[in-house]
Amino acid sequence: MKTENIHTHNSPASPSPKGARGKEIIRLEHIARDFHVGDEVVHALRDVSFTIREGEFVTIMGSSGSGKSTLLNTLGCLDTPTRGEYYLDGTSVRTMGKNSRATLRNRKIGFVFQSYNLLPKTTAIENVELPLLYNPSYNASSRKQKAIESLKAVGLGDRLNHRSNQMSGGQMQRVAIARALVNDPAVILADEATGNLDTRTSYDILVLFQRLHAEGRTIIFVTHNPEISTYSGRNILLKDGRVVADTENNTIQSAAEAFAKLPVEED
Amino acid sequence: MNIANLIKIALKALANNKMRGFLTMLGIIIGVASVITMLAIGQGSKKSIQSQISEMGSNMIMIQPGADMRGGVRQSASAMETLKLADYENIAVETRYLAAVSPTVNSSGQVIYGANNKPSTIYGVNQDYLEIRRYSIGDGNMFTEQDITSAAKVCVVGKTVVDELFTNGENPIGKIIRFNKIPFTIVGILTNKGYNSMGMDQDDIILAPFTTIQKRVLAITHLQGINASAIKEEYTEQAISEIADILRRNHKLKPDDDDDFTIRSMEELSSMMTSTMNILTVLLASVAGISLLVGGIGIMNIMYVSVTERTREIGLRMSIGAKGVDILSQFLIESILISVTGGLIGVLLGVLLSLLVNFGINFPIYIQAWSILLSFGVCTLTGIFFGWYPAKKAAQLDPIEAIRFE
Ligand SMILES: Nc1ncnc2c1ncn2[C@@H]1O[C@H](COP(=O)(O)OP(=O)(O)O)[C@@H](O)[C@H]1O
Ligand SMILES: [Mg+2]
Repeated sequence: MKTENIHTHNSPASPSPKGARGKEIIRLEHIARDFHVGDEVVHALRDVSFTIREGEFVTIMGSSGSGKSTLLNTLGCLDTPTRGEYYLDGTSVRTMGKNSRATLRNRKIGFVFQSYNLLPKTTAIENVELPLLYNPSYNASSRKQKAIESLKAVGLGDRLNHRSNQMSGGQMQRVAIARALVNDPAVILADEATGNLDTRTSYDILVLFQRLHAEGRTIIFVTHNPEISTYSGRNILLKDGRVVADTENNTIQSAAEAFAKLPVEED
Repeated sequence: MNIANLIKIALKALANNKMRGFLTMLGIIIGVASVITMLAIGQGSKKSIQSQISEMGSNMIMIQPGADMRGGVRQSASAMETLKLADYENIAVETRYLAAVSPTVNSSGQVIYGANNKPSTIYGVNQDYLEIRRYSIGDGNMFTEQDITSAAKVCVVGKTVVDELFTNGENPIGKIIRFNKIPFTIVGILTNKGYNSMGMDQDDIILAPFTTIQKRVLAITHLQGINASAIKEEYTEQAISEIADILRRNHKLKPDDDDDFTIRSMEELSSMMTSTMNILTVLLASVAGISLLVGGIGIMNIMYVSVTERTREIGLRMSIGAKGVDILSQFLIESILISVTGGLIGVLLGVLLSLLVNFGINFPIYIQAWSILLSFGVCTLTGIFFGWYPAKKAAQLDPIEAIRFE
C-alpha cells in the first residue's frame, strides 16, 4: 500500500488536499463549458477549479452526462472552455490557436481512449511511433527506438511487430498506453480506459497504471466505475458539471493484489 | 510532418486497400493512356501528311481546267478543255514567281515489252516536270526540247516499270516498249523514289513528251493540266495570282465571270490538311481528356469514402498532435499518389498502345514528349484538384467528434 501520495496545496483556486510535492501541471480556474443545442444551452461544465501536481494519480468520477468527457477534452486541449482559465504546465491554453494546441497536445499530453483507437493493420511499433511523427525533432531511428522503449515499459517487448488485429483487447490497450507514453507527456489522460475490457484485463491495465504512477507519471483517469477510485490517490467527483467532491485517498489499494485474488477464468 | 513520412503513410493506406486503389487508378490509367494514344495517332497522321506534301514538293502549283467545284456537279466535257498550249506558253514566259512549268496530259493503259506487260500510266510532260515533282534521271537522259517539238516517241521510265518489264536484267536504255500499241524508245531511267507515305509507288511511272501523248496517244489539242513550281514556297500566292491573270486574259473572261480553271497549291493543301488534322487531334484529345476528368472524379469519390472511413484515424491523429495541415497533406498526397501512379502506368500503356497501332495496323503515329508531359501534368493536377475537397474536409473535422465516430 502506498502512502507517499500526500498533497500539499497553496493555490487558493484549488480545493485539493494539502501535502503534495511536485510542480503544478494542471490548473483550472472557474472553467465553464456551454453547448448550444438549438435554443437551449447545455452547461456541461460549471465553474470547475482544481490543481493537479506532478506525480498525482487522479480519478475523475461521475455518472453519465456529468461532464467527465468534456472536462477531459478540456484538459487534453481538444476543447476550449467557454469561460475560465486553464494552465497546462505553466502555459495558458485559453488564448491558444488550433495549431498551437495541436503542438501542445503532441508534447504534453498522452491520451488513452476507451476503444484503443489503434490504426488498423498496423504494427505495435508503428502505432506507438505515431505521436513522434508529428514532432520534427525525432528522426526515423530515434522514433523507433523510443517506441520500442515505450512498448517494453508496458510489457509488450515481445509483441513489437504484431499488428493491431493480431492482439487481444488488453494488448491493444497496452499499445495505446505505450503510445501515450512515447512523447514523455506531462500528463496521461485516460477516458474509461478499462471500459471495454473484462474484469481480469481491467485489473491488469490498472496494475500497469499504478506502476506508471509509481515511476512518477501524472495520470488522470476518467471512469464511472467507483471501484477504480480505490486504486488512485485522489478522487474528483463530478455532478451536473460541478466538482462536488475532491478527496484524498489515503488507503490506496494495490491493483496487483486485487488481480492476484481474482478467480482464474476458465477458457 | 515531412514529405517522406507523408508518402509512407499514403503508400500504407493504399497498400491496405490495394484493390480499391487500383480501381481508382484505372480511371486515370485509361484517361492518360487514351490521351497519349489519341495524340500519337493525331500527330502521326499530321506528320505523315506533311511529309507526303513535302515529298511532292511543297511549292507545287496545280492548274486544272474547269471551275473550282470541289465536291460539286460534274462539269461538261467542253468545260474541261479550257487549258490550251498558249496558256502554258504564256505562263512559262510571263510569270516571275515560277521556277518550272510543265503541261500535263496522261493516259492509262498497258505497257508491253516482249512477253511482259503491266498496267501503268504514261504522263505527257516537259523537262521541268522532273524539278516540279522532284524526280531525277539516274541512267540515260531526259527527253529533249527537240523531242517535244517533233512529238518523238521516246520516254523515261521509273524503276518499277523497269523491274517488271525487263525481267532478264537487260539494259532498258534504247529498248522499245509499247504503250497501247504505240512504240516508245526508252531514253532514260528515273532514280528510285520509293513509296510515298500514302503507300503509293512513285517509281511506277512513265514520262513522255506531252506533244507525243497529245497527238499520238490521246489525239487532243488541249491540256489536261499545268503543273508548276514557285521559286519559293512563300511566293506561291503571288505566282497563283499571276497565273490567274494570264489565264483570265487568255480565256477572255469578263471581270464578273467565274474562273474556268482551278489553281491549287500544295501550300494551300498542306495548310488545309494541317488545320484539319489539328482539329482532329484536338477532338481526339478532348474525348480522351474527358475520360481523364472522369478518372479524377473517381479519385474524389474514393477519397471522400476514405476520409469518412478513416474519421476515427483522423480524430486520433489530431488528438496526438496532427495539425489541420498535416491531415490535409496526408490525404492530398494520397490522392496525388493515386493519380501519379495511375499516370505513370497510363503513360506506359499509352505508349504501348500507340506502338501497337503502329505495328499492328500500320498506322502512322508520333509520340511527342509534350504529350507525355502534358497528360502527366494534367493527372497530377487532377489528383490535387479532386483530392483537395476531401482532404480539406478531413482537415476540418472536429477531433472530439471524429474520435468517437462509429
Ligand atoms: N458537443 C456537444 N454538444 C452538445 N452537448 C454536449 C456536447 N458534448 C457534451 N454535451 C452535453 O454535455 C453534458 C456532459 O457530457 P459529457 O462530458 O460527455 O458527460 P460524461 O462524459 O460524463 O458522460 C451532457 O449533457 C452532454 O449531453
Ligand atoms: Mg463520457
